[in-house]
Amino acid sequence: MSTALPGPSTPIVPSSRQPTGIPRTPSSTLPHPSTRSANSTSLLVRSGSGALGSAGSNTTLHSNTSASSLIMSSKRISKYDKNLSRKSTEVSLSSFAFIFSEAIQYMHKRATGIQDFENRLNQLGYHIGQRALELVTVREGKSARRETKVLSILQFIHTTLWKTLFGRSADALERSADAANEYMIIDFEPMITQFISVPRELSQLNCAAFAAGAIEAVLDGSQFTANVTAHTVETDEHPLRTVFLIKFDPLVIEREK
Amino acid sequence: MGYNIGLRLIEEFLAKSGTGRCRELKETAEIISKVGFKMFLNITPTIDNWTADFKQFSLIFDENPLAEFVELPDDGRAHRELWYSNLLAGVIRGALEMVQLQVETEFVSDTLQGSDYTELRVKFIKTLEDEIPPGED
Repeated sequence: MSTALPGPSTPIVPSSRQPTGIPRTPSSTLPHPSTRSANSTSLLVRSGSGALGSAGSNTTLHSNTSASSLIMSSKRISKYDKNLSRKSTEVSLSSFAFIFSEAIQYMHKRATGIQDFENRLNQLGYHIGQRALELVTVREGKSARRETKVLSILQFIHTTLWKTLFGRSADALERSADAANEYMIIDFEPMITQFISVPRELSQLNCAAFAAGAIEAVLDGSQFTANVTAHTVETDEHPLRTVFLIKFDPLVIEREK
Repeated sequence: MGYNIGLRLIEEFLAKSGTGRCRELKETAEIISKVGFKMFLNITPTIDNWTADFKQFSLIFDENPLAEFVELPDDGRAHRELWYSNLLAGVIRGALEMVQLQVETEFVSDTLQGSDYTELRVKFIKTLEDEIPPGED
């Protein structure tokens, strides 16, 4: 190998810039250590004129990643490259209900109590909310706006977000009479809990904590830090009536004034 | 999870579709794709790759709502080891078991793993006999 190296030369680019081909891909795309190819030593020798240590090993990784990503990219288009504004076909509500039911059973097995159970549901919904906010904003395109008032963001959730997630607006939006930082969004018959009957020993539980998590994420994502919980407040006509209690961070209310 | 869903899903399926008994597996496959998947996921997977004895077939998914927005992580393992939509395999196994058909289901390729299409293999094992609950004979 060493005989193939060229003779003495004058550097044009300073040698600190020498090691070329350092992968620009994030570390998560690097191959698993176990899959690094066995012929890495030969690559090391070839690249190793001066900075053998770091530059050499980087070149090794690079050649591997580029090979594997080439295989993949020739086969498919990444999900990230697809157009988001296309609305995909809808699936049946039962399909959602079945999966949600399994998710609830899964969490029930692991939960230590009702509070923990609702926290888990909330966290699951939080991920939905984060993505829903982005998706709704992207789909609104040029008409999308940044809400800066508590009331307008609540109306956005009450109407736009609810329509995206559940196909209709929520039934009411109220301000608490007791506390200035508390608001309520009310749904007479939440889509996600309509097939759920809660046993008596879990009567404090409301599985709409899942939706509460989504609301919380949307509020947090719009810089209205809040805590959202779901409570069943039944009436005779609407046994499933759910109140989503939104407690804003005092700073948010302070900012409004 | 999928298996449990299947056990319960068949009830709704029969109530809504009102289909009767299938005479052969070929008919069953058609119903699964054209009625079952249409009803619950609004898609109709293609049925293909029958074996000569008509006991195994594949459902080929052009689209998959379950994996609509999914990219597997590039940690080098998920692409080899994770069958993301395995829930669907369980649903079919559970649902068919409730109509006395014992099958084995598994994914053999998945677009999420870089394949050209998503293929779910269904193997017919046997027809289950009605069992009389103990103490009722």
